[in-house]
Amino acid sequence: MLKFILRRLMLLPLVMLGATFLLFALTQTLSPVRRAALYIEDPRQMGSLDEVIQKYGLNDSVFKQYSRWLGNAFKGELGYSPTANMPVADAVKQYLPATIELAVVTMALVIFFGIWLGVLAAVNKSRWQDYLIRLFSVSTFSIPIFVLGLVLLMFFYGKLGWFAPGRYSFTSDIIIHGPGFTNYTGLLVIDSLLNLNFYVFFDALRHLVLPAITLCAGSFALMIRVMRSSMLEELGKDYVRAARAKGLKESAVTFKHAGKNAIIPVITLSGIQFVRLLGGTVIVETIFNFPGIGSFGVNCAQQLDIAGILGFACVVAFLFVLGNLAADILYTFFDPRIRYE
Amino acid sequence: MNKTIFAKILRSRSALAGLTLVIFFAAVAALTPVICPPQNYNPYQVPQAGYNVAPVPPNAQNIFGTTESQYDIFYAVVWGARMAFKVGISVVFFALVLGIIIGGTAAYAGGWVDEILMRITDIIFAIPGMVLAMVIAALLGPEIKNMIIALTAVSWPSYARLIRGDILSVKQRDFVAAARVYGASGPRIFLKHILPNSIYPSIIVASLDIGYIVLTASSLSFLGLGSPPGTADWGQLVAMSRNWILGTAQNPLAYAHAILIPGGALFLFVLGWNLLGDALRDILDPRQS
Repeated sequence: MLKFILRRLMLLPLVMLGATFLLFALTQTLSPVRRAALYIEDPRQMGSLDEVIQKYGLNDSVFKQYSRWLGNAFKGELGYSPTANMPVADAVKQYLPATIELAVVTMALVIFFGIWLGVLAAVNKSRWQDYLIRLFSVSTFSIPIFVLGLVLLMFFYGKLGWFAPGRYSFTSDIIIHGPGFTNYTGLLVIDSLLNLNFYVFFDALRHLVLPAITLCAGSFALMIRVMRSSMLEELGKDYVRAARAKGLKESAVTFKHAGKNAIIPVITLSGIQFVRLLGGTVIVETIFNFPGIGSFGVNCAQQLDIAGILGFACVVAFLFVLGNLAADILYTFFDPRIRYE
Repeated sequence: MNKTIFAKILRSRSALAGLTLVIFFAAVAALTPVICPPQNYNPYQVPQAGYNVAPVPPNAQNIFGTTESQYDIFYAVVWGARMAFKVGISVVFFALVLGIIIGGTAAYAGGWVDEILMRITDIIFAIPGMVLAMVIAALLGPEIKNMIIALTAVSWPSYARLIRGDILSVKQRDFVAAARVYGASGPRIFLKHILPNSIYPSIIVASLDIGYIVLTASSLSFLGLGSPPGTADWGQLVAMSRNWILGTAQNPLAYAHAILIPGGALFLFVLGWNLLGDALRDILDPRQS
C-alpha cells in the first residue's frame, strides 16, 4: 500500500503540471491584444497596447509564457486580479476558508442524513419508507441546485425572513473587522469560538444553513444508495442471523453489527463526494452571495479576468487532485480487498 | 433495443414514469414550431411583451406569465425544451465521436500512444468538470456553439476511457482470435469485429447522460456563461428571475412563477432522464436478477 501511495504522490506534480498547462494554454486562445487590453484601465491608454504586449511578453510562445507563469506561481505570485482588486494569491487566501467551511458543514449533513436514510431504507426494504426515500433521493439528485437555492431563498429569506444571503450580518462585519477580533484560521465558525464571540458564531452558522442544504441536494442520492445497498448486503450475512438468533434487539443488530460493517464504503465515498462539492460551490456561492473561492471564480469568468480565472481554476484543480488521492488512500485503507500494484 | 429490456422498463413503475417524461419533452421539442410559431428571425430569441422590467404573473395573454423585461415564459419554456435536446444531443454526439476516436486509438495502438492519450484524460479529470467548462465557456464567449464546445471538451474523456476498456476486453474474445486465424487484416478486425461489439454499452450510457449534460449547460447559462441574453434556455430564464426572489411588500411570493415554471421544466426533464437511467442500470446489472 505504501508503494501505491508513494507512486500516486509522485504522479501528483506531473498531473498538476499537465492541468495547469492545459488551463494556461486555454487562456492563450485569446489574442495578445485582448489579453493586453486587460491591463488597460483608461481608454486613453489604448496607444500603449503594443508596449504592454512587449513588456509582458504576450507574443511569446505558449511554453515560454507558461514557464514564466509557473516560475511566478512557485514564488506565490499568481498575478493581479482586477475583479477582486487585489493579487490573486491574496484573493485565494481570503476566499478559500469560506468555501472550506461551507464544504465541511455540507459534508457533515450529507454523511449524517445519508447514513440515516440509507439504513432506514434498507431496514424497511420494499416498504413505503424505502420507496419514499428512493423517490426523495432521485428527486434531490435531479433538482438543479440553482433552482433549489433560489426557491429556498425566496421562501426562507423573502417570505419568512429567517436566513439572509451572504456570510455574515452587518453587525458581525463590524465585530469581525473591528479591534479585539483575531483572525486565526479564516474559518468564521472556529474563529468566533476562539474569540469567545457567540454572536458571530451563531450568525455565521445561520448564514451557512441555506447554502449547505442547497449544496447537499446533489450529494444525498449517491450516499443513500451506497449505504442502502451496503446495509442490505450486510443484513443478509450469517453473523447477522447469529446475532438475531442470540436474541439481540433489532436495533442492536442494525446499528452495532450490520451498521458498523456497512459504513465502510460510505467512508470512502465521502472522500470523493467532498471533492465533488467543489464544483457545486461555484453555483451555490453565486446564488447566496457567499464570498468563497467559487463566487470569486465566477466573477473572474464573467469579467474575463485571466489571472483570476487561472488562479481560481488551478487552486480548485489542486484541491480536487489532493482530495481524490486522499479518497483513494482511504479506500485501500478501509477495504483490504483492494490492492494496487 | 432488446425486447426483454423494453418489457422490463414497461413493468417498472419508476422507469415508466421516466420514459413518459422523456417522451413528453421529446414531443414538445419536436412540435415546438406548431405549439409556438416562431416570432423572430431567430426562433430561439424569446419575444418580449413590452418594456416593463418587473415580471408579470400568468394571465390570458401570457399563460405562464412573463419574466424580467417581459420575456414570455411559455414561449421560452417550449423553445427551451427544443434547446435542451439540441444541446444535449449535440454534446453527447460530439463527445461520443471524440471518445470513440481517442479511446479506440488508445486501445488499438497500445504502448506509448495509449499511455499518452490516457494521461491526457487524467489531466482533464484533474479539473472539476464544471470549473473546466466554465473556464472554456468564459474564454470563448457566451454563445450556444461555445457552450456545446465547452461541454464536449469536459465530457469526452470519460467515454474515451469507457470505450478503451470495452475494446480491450473484447480484444481478448474468441471471435477476434478466430478472425485473426482466418487471415483478416488488423484494421478490418478492428472496424468490423471489435468496434461494433464494444461501443454499444457506451452509446447507451452516453445517451442517458443527456439529463446531466442539460443540467450542466443550464448551470453555465445561469452563471451568464452559456447562451446569449434573451435565448430560450431554461437556465437563463431562472437566472433572469434571480433579481425577483423578494417579491413585493404585500406579497413576498409575487414573482414565484418566474422561478418555478422554468425551474420546474428543467427539474422534470432531468428527473425523467435520471429515472430512466437508474432503471436501465438496474435492469442491465446482472447482479440484480
